Amino acid sequence: MGRRNLYGKVAICGIGESTYYKHGQSPDPEFVLALRAILKAAEDAGINAREIDGFASYSNDRNDPSRLAAALGINDLKFANMHWGGGGGGVAAAVANAAAAIAVGFADCVVVFRALAQGQFRRFGEALPDPTVSGEAAFLSPYGVMSPAQKYAVKATRFMHEHDISRSTLRAIAQASYHHAQTNPRALMKGRPLSGEKYDESRWIVEPVNRLFDCCQENDGAAAVILVSAERARDLRQKPAYLLGAAQGSDHRCAATVMNGTNVASSSFTTVAERLYEATGLKPTDVDVVQSYENFTTGVLMALIEHGFCAPEDANDFFTLQNLSAGSGRLPLNTSGGNLAECYMHGMGLQLEAVRQIRGESCNQVAEANISMNIAGPMVSPVSSLIMGSEETLT
Amino acid sequence: MTSNTYLPAGMPIPVPAADGLDAPYWEAARRSELVVQRCGACGSWQWGPEWLCHRCHSFDMRWEKVSGEGVIYSWERPWHPVHSSLKAVGPYTVVLVELPDAGNIRMIGNLLGPKDQDVKIGRSVKAVYEPHEAADPPYTLVQWVSS
Ligand SMILES: [Zn+2]
Repeated sequence: MGRRNLYGKVAICGIGESTYYKHGQSPDPEFVLALRAILKAAEDAGINAREIDGFASYSNDRNDPSRLAAALGINDLKFANMHWGGGGGGVAAAVANAAAAIAVGFADCVVVFRALAQGQFRRFGEALPDPTVSGEAAFLSPYGVMSPAQKYAVKATRFMHEHDISRSTLRAIAQASYHHAQTNPRALMKGRPLSGEKYDESRWIVEPVNRLFDCCQENDGAAAVILVSAERARDLRQKPAYLLGAAQGSDHRCAATVMNGTNVASSSFTTVAERLYEATGLKPTDVDVVQSYENFTTGVLMALIEHGFCAPEDANDFFTLQNLSAGSGRLPLNTSGGNLAECYMHGMGLQLEAVRQIRGESCNQVAEANISMNIAGPMVSPVSSLIMGSEETLT
Repeated sequence: MTSNTYLPAGMPIPVPAADGLDAPYWEAARRSELVVQRCGACGSWQWGPEWLCHRCHSFDMRWEKVSGEGVIYSWERPWHPVHSSLKAVGPYTVVLVELPDAGNIRMIGNLLGPKDQDVKIGRSVKAVYEPHEAADPPYTLVQWVSS
């Protein structure tokens, strides 16, 4: 396979995050959280934040790039990009869009950021208070299908039914995140390990697939990564995490309303994963470590299968805590604790962790991690995923 | 009123989209009829509603009455209430139903009956009509029962 699009042209040179909080507990407004994460990423990169000349985000982030540019005193704003689509499906696409802007010369130093204060604004997991609903919601909400957990459970229920997949796979995914969080000082679930018994005894959120520990947290915070050209990154303080390729989108009629997508029992990644491997010339067995967005463990299950890490019929054997753990596992997964146990920063935290693995700085470092994959929020449309690599992957 | 509906009063009230796209569906439901979109040019069934046929790009989308015979494609049982009207309800059953007589389009509804009943993918169901007369404006939901 050849290498296309971005392979090695652009690198992440800086990462930063605010303090992570339980939802509603941030002392700072959301905009301040965004600023703190961006400044920290610039400091990590060893650049002046005024050097940033582009902004990229996703999921209708409320923190407008022009306000950010004014607040930061940026002289020449060259790129302001919002990736369409709700949820965390666009986080890898936002990084890819930033990288593309640098590769074609629209901008030279682009920050990708996400800030969330679910306390200042509304919580994702609560229904809107509107007395009437129209459009797709009219066909869902009156039946009690309102939250993301309720909207996506039918996809996973069908997928697991078709492939005879056990719920033990979901337990393993949840336990991997909690296991890795125990060594991560940033993780909100540090000090709260998850035993198999504790998982099994947790209450149903949506039967038959989502127990409490299958669902992401709701948090306040912000996180950011800064991208520059590969040449510039080599002159900076940190070991560059090169973008080797990315893909975004979804398959045939994926978002047709009321679950009428052609391939509805899916994480939406079938065509995107194929394009990611085409773009990078890599295959699943080349990947050393994966950060896969957990809105729900079901989404991780389907996303990893649709990225080719295991065949559906092998899932019950493949998805074990040991296999998914750094140190012992065939596929170390969510090595910071992820959305479940580090912080739900709409997937940006998982981007930072993918970079740490390339740098060799993770709290759960995978030995010789040269190829680091990041899979954005599953089951929505569009979705996105990307692969980062170390200097060793450029030869 | 509450005793006649699967979920309690106070749930979000469905109203037709502002552009009128799905108004024929909601009007038909008030008459205890299930209508869905079918293309006047190529005969394709289509759901959810859209102005254009996804298969042939004709704008001649018509509304056709269907039998209401369905098959459970998937299901779920929410336990955690996310709406104030559901706080005291406990778990309830949601089914994703395929309509073999209408190109296997899918619809979401509740499976009426005991809220903890056994649900099986592949089981046959049929559409029934659940009026909410006390709501403002009143509306009718298409619901599902085992057949
Ligand atoms: Zn047509």
